[in-house]
Amino acid sequence: MSESNLNTGGHAATMEGSPYAIPSRKLTMWLFIISDAVTFGAILFAYGYLRTASTDWPDPFKFNPSIMNVMIMTFILITSSLTMLLAVDASKAGDKPRTMRWLGLTMLLGAIFAGLHIREWMGLIHEGVRMFQNPWGAPLFGATFFSITGLHLLHVISGIVALSVIARGFARGSLSAGHVESVGLYWHFVDVVWMFVVPLVYLVNIAR
Amino acid sequence: MTTAGQSKSQLKRYLIIYFFILALSAVQFLFAYHHAEGAQLLARLLAVALIQAALGVMYFMHLAEERRSLFLTLIPATIFVLLMMNMIWSDSFRLLHMRP
Repeated sequence: MSESNLNTGGHAATMEGSPYAIPSRKLTMWLFIISDAVTFGAILFAYGYLRTASTDWPDPFKFNPSIMNVMIMTFILITSSLTMLLAVDASKAGDKPRTMRWLGLTMLLGAIFAGLHIREWMGLIHEGVRMFQNPWGAPLFGATFFSITGLHLLHVISGIVALSVIARGFARGSLSAGHVESVGLYWHFVDVVWMFVVPLVYLVNIAR
Repeated sequence: MTTAGQSKSQLKRYLIIYFFILALSAVQFLFAYHHAEGAQLLARLLAVALIQAALGVMYFMHLAEERRSLFLTLIPATIFVLLMMNMIWSDSFRLLHMRP
């Protein structure tokens, strides 16, 4: 399917062109992104609601190891957005080897992020944090923490899987630069969500 | 296909925005440890997060290069929905003070 064939999408010339001058694939990804953004927003607001209504919300995140870990994870995820950008540019230039390298690096950074996050979870679980109880205060701390970070982690892992599928297809020639661009949009969105998770979940709950 | 010159200037732009977003993250950590607590800390952290998100959406996701109609379709509605969620706070404070 030609990338320039925006009007018909390969079908008979009965369909109108996109009013946004972008392929359907990209528009669909954008629409998914804003629905997902609102979903994360709702979850973060629900967490804020519970936190504000609580008199004994825990503040368990010490600088070492929790906040240091979060700083490293933030650096890794923002860097993975940069590598994703470079992958998209390389795919648009038609440079397959360079695209594969940058996609591979993005997936690696995503996997390191996921590994660090799971390690953090194991540490908290070891300290006694569960969904509806913890040793420090409000019982719903665990539920909100694991829900928010768990949903984000699910998005990261899904993104890694999607990147691998797109990378394989692009390498074989069955997928185009447009597919790389669309998955890139998703990956950047995952990074943008993390930019809100860090201050709202971690930085307002640091141990003082 | 972009020219080599265009690629270099594009890469330079990406790197500037990347380092700026990293710097903003560092600012958030500084705020958390040195400059504020409570509602003031939350306001500052959110303001910085919004700037980071705007940079990410406009430049990493290239929304700034798309048609204005796409921006107007996606962003105002999203902001509106997120702003409307703020109506929950009165109930949250009611719970806090256990008002009937």
